[in-house]
Amino acid sequence: MPAYVITEKCDGCKGQDKTACMYICPNDLMVLDKERMKAYQRDPQMCWECLCCGKICPQQAIDLRGYADFVPMGSKCVPLRGSQDIMWTIQFRDGEIKRFKFPIRTTPEGSAQPDGGFGPGKADDINSIYLFTEPDSTGVEIPTLKK
Amino acid sequence: MPVPNFETVEVTTDLLILGGGMAGCGATVEACHWAKKYGLKVTVVDKAALDRSGAVAMGLSAINLYLNMKGGERTPEDFVRYVRNDLMGICREDVVYNIGRHVDSTVHLFEKWGLPIWRDEEGKPIRSGAWQVMISGESYKIIVAEAAKNALKELGDKGELYERVFIMEPLLDGDRIAGAVGFSVREPKIYVFKAKAVVCNMGGAVHVFRPRSQGEGFGRSWYPPFNSGASFYFTARAGAEQTCQEVRFIPVRFKDAYGPVGAWFLLFKSRATNTMGEEYTVTRKKELEPWEPYASAKPLPANLRNYQGMLEVLEGKDPLLMRTEEAIANLAAAYKDDEKAFKKKMKQLESEAWEDFLDMTIAQANLWAAMNIRPEQSPSEIAAAEPYFIGSHSGASGAWVSGPEDVQTEESKKDYCWGYCNMTTVKGLFAAGDASGASPHKFSSGSFTEGRIAAKSAIKFILENNTQPNVDMAKVEEFKKWLLRPFEIFEQYKDYATTPEVNPHYILPRQYLFRLQKIMDEYAGGWGSNFTTNKYKLERALQLLQWLKEDGEKMIARDLHELMRVCENVQRTMQAEAHVRAMLFREETRWPGYYFRADFPKMDEQNWKCFVNLRWDPNTGEWSVFKRPVHNIIP
Repeated sequence: MPAYVITEKCDGCKGQDKTACMYICPNDLMVLDKERMKAYQRDPQMCWECLCCGKICPQQAIDLRGYADFVPMGSKCVPLRGSQDIMWTIQFRDGEIKRFKFPIRTTPEGSAQPDGGFGPGKADDINSIYLFTEPDSTGVEIPTLKK
Repeated sequence: MPVPNFETVEVTTDLLILGGGMAGCGATVEACHWAKKYGLKVTVVDKAALDRSGAVAMGLSAINLYLNMKGGERTPEDFVRYVRNDLMGICREDVVYNIGRHVDSTVHLFEKWGLPIWRDEEGKPIRSGAWQVMISGESYKIIVAEAAKNALKELGDKGELYERVFIMEPLLDGDRIAGAVGFSVREPKIYVFKAKAVVCNMGGAVHVFRPRSQGEGFGRSWYPPFNSGASFYFTARAGAEQTCQEVRFIPVRFKDAYGPVGAWFLLFKSRATNTMGEEYTVTRKKELEPWEPYASAKPLPANLRNYQGMLEVLEGKDPLLMRTEEAIANLAAAYKDDEKAFKKKMKQLESEAWEDFLDMTIAQANLWAAMNIRPEQSPSEIAAAEPYFIGSHSGASGAWVSGPEDVQTEESKKDYCWGYCNMTTVKGLFAAGDASGASPHKFSSGSFTEGRIAAKSAIKFILENNTQPNVDMAKVEEFKKWLLRPFEIFEQYKDYATTPEVNPHYILPRQYLFRLQKIMDEYAGGWGSNFTTNKYKLERALQLLQWLKEDGEKMIARDLHELMRVCENVQRTMQAEAHVRAMLFREETRWPGYYFRADFPKMDEQNWKCFVNLRWDPNTGEWSVFKRPVHNIIP
């Protein structure tokens, strides 16, 4: 189901030097055509359909079309990703529409502190068994086989 | 673009972390804590954007490794026994134990950072299996990357992140790692990273074998198509010893879109049957006898379950069917006398089933919708995919690393422990996640954990070896020349023929990839040859790979993106060669559902209950393949 850009909706992220989809695609597939100010997917055969592009697009200009070599036509999977949850609209080939909403995180965006609030634990000696935040983050003493 | 005029950018650092996936983010979080304490610099390099890079880019619907030692559920010893059986007796028990005892800390951090873990009314995590917990993991990687970025920020100007930089070659100073060299995929820049220690976690390898789909669906691999064997290539080219390079993984997944089966088997308790309704793991129990005692282990090793399914296919009783309709009916049956409760339960099960796919394999959800499949109404086909190299999952390929000292026995110590934990056989070069071998079933949480272990250990190495190794800039110039060649060949010959794709002077990277995959599929036991091979075929594969490598010198690039494809192909080819050499060396069939040596169809405990390791010598370019003993540490 390679990602494609809907011409009418894409605004090339308003003329910045890279678009949101270019920034995020893990396989470096999105390109901005600077003449048309439209992004496009340069290699449909290498698309994993992770839809990272579609989830980040500020214009909701990116959609998926099922892989032409094995997916019957007519279905849709459209995400609407917020800061706490994601809403999916699924359209079946026979026309039925289903909607699902799932949580994506329980904390405000940007708030993930490296120690998770556990503090450094006993990780003050580079030769000790403890990793950063242990054993507080483990909740029990770290086991060893040393007799 | 014409031949690029590469600018060379030099970056000097203390610790270099290559790859920003789960292991890379774990390494970053851990390294920053210790680097701050000792005033060291940490540099992270990712070929994509940290927020969505690596195998967890899309998300996941479960954390597959959580012990819950605090809740008294599992111990690291239990974990070692499970992994050992699943891999038919072959694993590094010391490394597996080490990941097991630290993984709970990682999972607890994930939850504090904001990852939603499913919990029951009493607050207990909802397990789908003995080791797995269910999550709402669409943003799993974004959350983990956020913690890593925040950790780098705490280092101020001593914490650096380079995105869209593709790493290719190691730089060495004698027998010690000195850094890495690569290029930007967005601007004509070559990056030379000089470091006192390097943690390599650049993932496993996909597209070495021919995938089932050859059209647009080529990219719908189970593991992501952007994982090209960079870890293997980098560590092997540095001369690091490798292990379990024959232990590929074949996932059996929902057919064509490769949706996950774990939740269906473990959470929904679904059966898989052939088209005659026979449950093949039951009816084919006897056929696993040659692989005892592992065949009697619970759970049944993944490769043996695969093998039973493959026998069904050979006899034409396929497609194999995941009986989703039956599983959902069974789960809802308890509510059948209360219409309202029944409806509610059915709705919950339907939602859970769709979330499982939408969190991690959107394509499978779309395929269901496109085929009007409603899991509560009809079963779905499952099938064996193509082989993958993924040491973090149920395969085991990766670098041979030093294990923790406190876990060794008298016997294991001399073979498993040479100082710094997770250091490869190259001084200062560490490996984690898919880069580290013989420690499977670590998955996302264990990979992050192993990244932490490796990073702490690398900082210790730096403190005890605190000199900046010399980088031979002649090697960098050599690399630059090598990078320019694909552009120069194209410029020189592009006008020779009127069809750009057909030209006797060069080969396109995509066609090179098809050629590699055809060789591997037909001679090295891909799906097209029923995952079966033999000595003749493997030796033939080596000959064909040799010609392929020679012709690889004629690959062209017309822009930096295509240059990345050229480099990925080179990485995949070296992974392919190591795989063929290791399968050729091991004269038995130990993992029949991963590959079958038709000329040695039995398992041979007496001669082959050992590791097959190999090493490529950077000075001579020669391979050596040899045995290493398996030590039993946990009773």
